[in-house]
Amino acid sequence: MLCRRIIPCLDCDLAVPGGRVVKGVEFKKIRYAGVPWILAERYYKEGADEIVFLDITASHERRETMTKVIKKTSKRVFVPLTIGGGISTVKDARKVFNAGADKVSINTAAIENPHLISELAEYYGTQACVVAIDAKRRYINNHEKVADKIIVDTPQGSCWYECSIYGGRKFTGVDAIKWATIVEELGAGEILLTSMDKDGRKDGYDIALSKKVCEKVKIPVIASGGCGKPEHIYEVFNKSMVSAALAASIFHYESYSILEVKEMLSKKGILIRL
Amino acid sequence: MKIAVIDYEMGNLKSVTNALSFLGAKPIIVKKPSRLRGDKIIVPGVGAFGKASQNLRPFGSKIEESLESNIPLLGICLGLQIFLEESDESPTDKGLALMKGKVRKIETNLKLPLIGWNNLEIKKKNCPLFKGVEGGYVYFVHSYEAVPEEDVVAATTEYGRQICASVWKNNVYGTQFHPEKSGKLGLEILRNFLEL
Repeated sequence: MLCRRIIPCLDCDLAVPGGRVVKGVEFKKIRYAGVPWILAERYYKEGADEIVFLDITASHERRETMTKVIKKTSKRVFVPLTIGGGISTVKDARKVFNAGADKVSINTAAIENPHLISELAEYYGTQACVVAIDAKRRYINNHEKVADKIIVDTPQGSCWYECSIYGGRKFTGVDAIKWATIVEELGAGEILLTSMDKDGRKDGYDIALSKKVCEKVKIPVIASGGCGKPEHIYEVFNKSMVSAALAASIFHYESYSILEVKEMLSKKGILIRL
Repeated sequence: MKIAVIDYEMGNLKSVTNALSFLGAKPIIVKKPSRLRGDKIIVPGVGAFGKASQNLRPFGSKIEESLESNIPLLGICLGLQIFLEESDESPTDKGLALMKGKVRKIETNLKLPLIGWNNLEIKKKNCPLFKGVEGGYVYFVHSYEAVPEEDVVAATTEYGRQICASVWKNNVYGTQFHPEKSGKLGLEILRNFLEL
């Protein structure tokens, strides 16, 4: 049977020559973590099932830096590489594929131009098109009209989830769970589901959100946001059907190696590639 | 060693050429059938069977000629599927028919596409591709499965039931998984192909 995947995510600030990996907290505060391709190769050797690079600067003049990062990484790292951040056309995607990426992850561009999902799926196959959804809880009170939203019960109260774009800077009014079903129809191969409420807080993934999206779509879902210790990965695998868990800071600062985390999961009965 | 990698516009070839270079081989991307020569030939590919069939057709006779000259051929993912006769995905388009059988949509209640690391069960222990390989996890991405109608299945993988993970017939090899993306084990399998 298919293993659950562990995916380290490298948020890249490309404003410095060669780029650097950083980690934000709740999409804002930033800490420095290392050189992108060096970290990526370390993770590959430790047993990462896949690696995600997110360009958090995502401006056009810095795209060349990302190309360099992908080229250097893909020559020595032989697991799938996903690139996200600032990809808004098939042409942008082609650049990163030609540099050695296997998948692209799109968020803002997908919301603004949903047709891009189908275009990418047609050119490069559905597996190459990951749609990233940044979801923010919107708690409801009795007076609100939310008839058109999917309501999820969480330990903190009932809420719907709103899609955010531009790295958390803009809210769209779009229901994240409904959007997940739409991107599946349009040809997305996977959903990278980030909880904005949990991101950087290190107190666990948004289980309610992960469960709900997995119920609604047949394509694989990658849980993201909130991992602070290996037990959080166990929890999201145990309580939801997500295919993969993405984490950043627990690996970056050498608190845990990927192998340690995978061994722990395996001991607890999660099917993992060791 | 020169390895011809056929570019028939079905997805991206960079991962395959990177892995070949890493293993010390010299990948040559071939866009025109008339240019098809090398010590070995690889047909990579992701995407739809119909378009692959149309785009690969001009290479058909050249591929057959190479096989007659004992040049080993490896199909990866869609590249394997195109070796069969036809696919449910596009019933009007024909495969290269290097082996009997069809490609069918994977029928399952499990997640599709099948994406991720799955266990390899070697069926033909004498298959040179799996020399020194006992099994282990490799990376798959597909929604369709090869269903050969002759005894060519060299390895299977479990997804609710056993499905075809690799084929082998004479000089024709195929992997449904991506050896170029399957870590150390994948590189080992690719090296076995290079050493044929």
